[in-house]
Amino acid sequence: MSIPTPTSGRGAARRRALIGRTVFAAPGLIYITIFMTIPILLVLVYSFFQRGRFGGIVWEFTLENYVRAFEPVYLQVFSNSLVIAGTTTVLALLIGYPTAYAIAKLPTRWRTVALVLVVLPFWTNFLIRTYAWIILLNSEGPINSSLMDVGIISAPIGFLYTPGAVIVGLVYAYLPLVILPVYASIERLDRQLIEAAGNLGASRARAFFDVTLPLTLPGVMIGAIFVFVPSLGNFVIPELLGGGKTVMVGNLIRDQFLEARDWPFGAVLALFVITLLVVLFALQAAISRRINGTGKRVSGRA
Amino acid sequence: MRRSNTQRSVRRTGAILASVACAALVLSACGGSDSTASDLNPDADLTQQSLTVSNWAGYYPEDMAAKFEEAVGAPMTITNHATNEEIMAKLTAGGDSGIDVAFVSGQFAQALNEAGLIETLNPEFIPNLSNLYPEAQNLAYDPGNKFSVPYAWGTSGICYRSDLIEEPTSWNAILEPSADSKGKVTALATERWLMLPAQKALGFSANTTDEAEMEQVKAKLIAAKPNLLAYDDTTFYSRLVSGEANAVVAWDGWCNYGTAENADIKFTIPSEGSDLWADTMVILKTSKNKEAAHAYINYILDPANHAWVAENILYKVPNKGAMDAVGAGLAATYPNMGMTPAELLKGESLVDLGEAGPLYTKIATEVTSS
Amino acid sequence: MAVHKIGWLRVPLVATYAFLYIPIAVLVVMSFNASKNPFTWTGFSTKWYSALFDNELIRQGFINTMIVAIGATILATILGTLLAIGVARYFRSAVVEAYSLAPAIIPDLVLAIGLLAFFALIGVTLSLFSVLLAHVVFGMAFVSAVVIARIGQTDSSLEEASRDLGASATTTFFRITLPSLAPGIIAGALLVFTLSLDEFVVAYFTDGPSTPTLPIVIYSMVRFGVTPEINALAALLLLVSFTIVISAQRITRLTDAV
Repeated sequence: MSIPTPTSGRGAARRRALIGRTVFAAPGLIYITIFMTIPILLVLVYSFFQRGRFGGIVWEFTLENYVRAFEPVYLQVFSNSLVIAGTTTVLALLIGYPTAYAIAKLPTRWRTVALVLVVLPFWTNFLIRTYAWIILLNSEGPINSSLMDVGIISAPIGFLYTPGAVIVGLVYAYLPLVILPVYASIERLDRQLIEAAGNLGASRARAFFDVTLPLTLPGVMIGAIFVFVPSLGNFVIPELLGGGKTVMVGNLIRDQFLEARDWPFGAVLALFVITLLVVLFALQAAISRRINGTGKRVSGRA
Repeated sequence: MRRSNTQRSVRRTGAILASVACAALVLSACGGSDSTASDLNPDADLTQQSLTVSNWAGYYPEDMAAKFEEAVGAPMTITNHATNEEIMAKLTAGGDSGIDVAFVSGQFAQALNEAGLIETLNPEFIPNLSNLYPEAQNLAYDPGNKFSVPYAWGTSGICYRSDLIEEPTSWNAILEPSADSKGKVTALATERWLMLPAQKALGFSANTTDEAEMEQVKAKLIAAKPNLLAYDDTTFYSRLVSGEANAVVAWDGWCNYGTAENADIKFTIPSEGSDLWADTMVILKTSKNKEAAHAYINYILDPANHAWVAENILYKVPNKGAMDAVGAGLAATYPNMGMTPAELLKGESLVDLGEAGPLYTKIATEVTSS
Repeated sequence: MAVHKIGWLRVPLVATYAFLYIPIAVLVVMSFNASKNPFTWTGFSTKWYSALFDNELIRQGFINTMIVAIGATILATILGTLLAIGVARYFRSAVVEAYSLAPAIIPDLVLAIGLLAFFALIGVTLSLFSVLLAHVVFGMAFVSAVVIARIGQTDSSLEEASRDLGASATTTFFRITLPSLAPGIIAGALLVFTLSLDEFVVAYFTDGPSTPTLPIVIYSMVRFGVTPEINALAALLLLVSFTIVISAQRITRLTDAV
């Protein structure tokens, strides 16, 4: 029944660790392996095989899906997606960084409220938030009506069904995800470093660009990844706000799996997104190590 | 433990019975691969058969499920799919989709049949089949309505604001719009109907699999894209109502929704000709409620019910009794409801493309992402 | 430490909040619009809210979503809590921690297609159950993240004391460890519930055609254009999500003070 286990000593600790790992971590880790790792590996495997007549897989090894991915039409979609996702990320950072900075400057008791208010929209249905923009940007919507009422324009502007509308929708969807990590890294800043810069004669602006910004770069990069990758993989927003005229990687992937039923080709496209994610994270980790390394030496903090 | 002789012989009998049962199952499985639904039970209790139907949103009267249950006794649940491709993907994904009756366009019913996924219908359980127009009993994708029954049919054309522009006479009104219409036209997004205007404008068949012809179609569509407001399957009539667009590619019935809101919205078939499409009802082989499914199809084909459908969805139904009853009245407000089957047959009937399917998909991607 | 005043930064802050909340406000206001056309205001009315309750498809969607959300929350909370304890206490490895958080970071589209392919391969028929299984995998990662953070805040000396005093591992776990982690566990559970409630992409790929969840129903409706019922539904869902998140946040804060 109960295994006589000593309650102290190295052997006991190791045994406790083993029991601990098995009882606690194993179920979760196994679940993740079954329902995340294996499916993704499956996607990798499928990319090397062929589509059956009605969908499904024909187990004949081929590299033609990879070759096909490099055709001009798909390269066009990739580059389109990168441009749109990139623009979205830049805009989100331009809006998100000052916001995060402002929140960090708020009196402590207001900060949590401010952060919660920022994050709240993220926890709501993302379709609904996109839908709100369909209403706003519509040629009969509030924005056009108010502009016309005020007399700035005489005919409604076609905001909807343009790449611009898609970008606005994407920024709106992922902005909270930028603000949080940026805020976290601003908040962890050692203010003494900035004061030191000031004492050494740097203007506020120089202190910002030479001290604050580089030190907060890791957080900025995380925020950027949190916007860039989901934007790439999004298919709902290009469809609803782009009028079907802006085809992004996400749309292509979705089409392969749910309409054209060409799973192998869809798998190749999905791998493209995953690879990008891994590369970006590796980049972020490398840059972060360099910067935090520097920080360690100067401030002596671990 | 020693077994007594009695126990042993009981067990042996059991084993023999079991193997006979297994053999019977195997044999019936062998014989049933070409299931012709002749094993339907005429005395099945329909109230025990809960029917799940997948149809386009808004393509059926709102109280359809309630009225069917009242009439036949089988409870019904209706779910929606937005495009043929979407429901096709779900039905071909393998396993039991949970759907008994699916509404799919004719060419897709043909594909489903070739994939062995749908039942061959049993006409004995659908006596109302005789109410269909003779023309609707012999459509190219399923002559004789062996595995599908048409629910609504029609053609595609241009839906436009007659108060804003002249009646378009050619598909080029969309593909090469005049100055008035630049940026104010939309095209349908789903593959077959995306290609249709260009195919007809260039004089090709809507079912062509010729790669050279499709290259020309692709080029024409890519050239047309900059002048489009959007690719839109679902909200194009409201764009006409709001004036965002003044000419859109539309299915005839859908255009009627626009006419209902603004009487200046009219439908026209370009001179180069158009298609004949039919949306059909099919029964999935995985359905456990085949009797109720047949009863449903039969229920729809009743002239009174089919007329009620037509009045609700404003599409033509291939039911002579129904159209005779309500056609004239509806045609007063919605002229395309008055099209006769003979006129409809001038359109080219859409059929499944077989191996050329992926070609169309590829071209569609190239066009929409250009 | 001199805290510089917020000063001109107030402008971007307010602008951002306006950007985030004006669309939501418009939706809510429009949901009370008596006119069917969402762009012309003809008077105040709650009829679209009552129309929601009569809509069979929405009702189905709501029930389906509830089934998935509640089930996923229970499973994800249990698995995620256990995982968090295991990772934080018994594996001191950043790699294992990253692995346990990976499902939350993977793009949802990639996870969705992977699961679709996986379920098809092993012959699992798509249904609410397959959606539930999918939601558990990333829900668990969120619970893990929250509980790991909470573990970082708590003191393990209480547990050591309990064991030194002779309590068995099980007793220590249930009487000391779990209660001290409770705020994190509850917050994690609430977050998973909200996530599952609103989740669209993974559900879209892994759901059976006859049992749509609410976000899938909304997607089908939105593709057909803007209607007042969607506005009403949107406003309601926003209210629900807001309430849940704020509660989660307050629970974490309340017991911090304790």
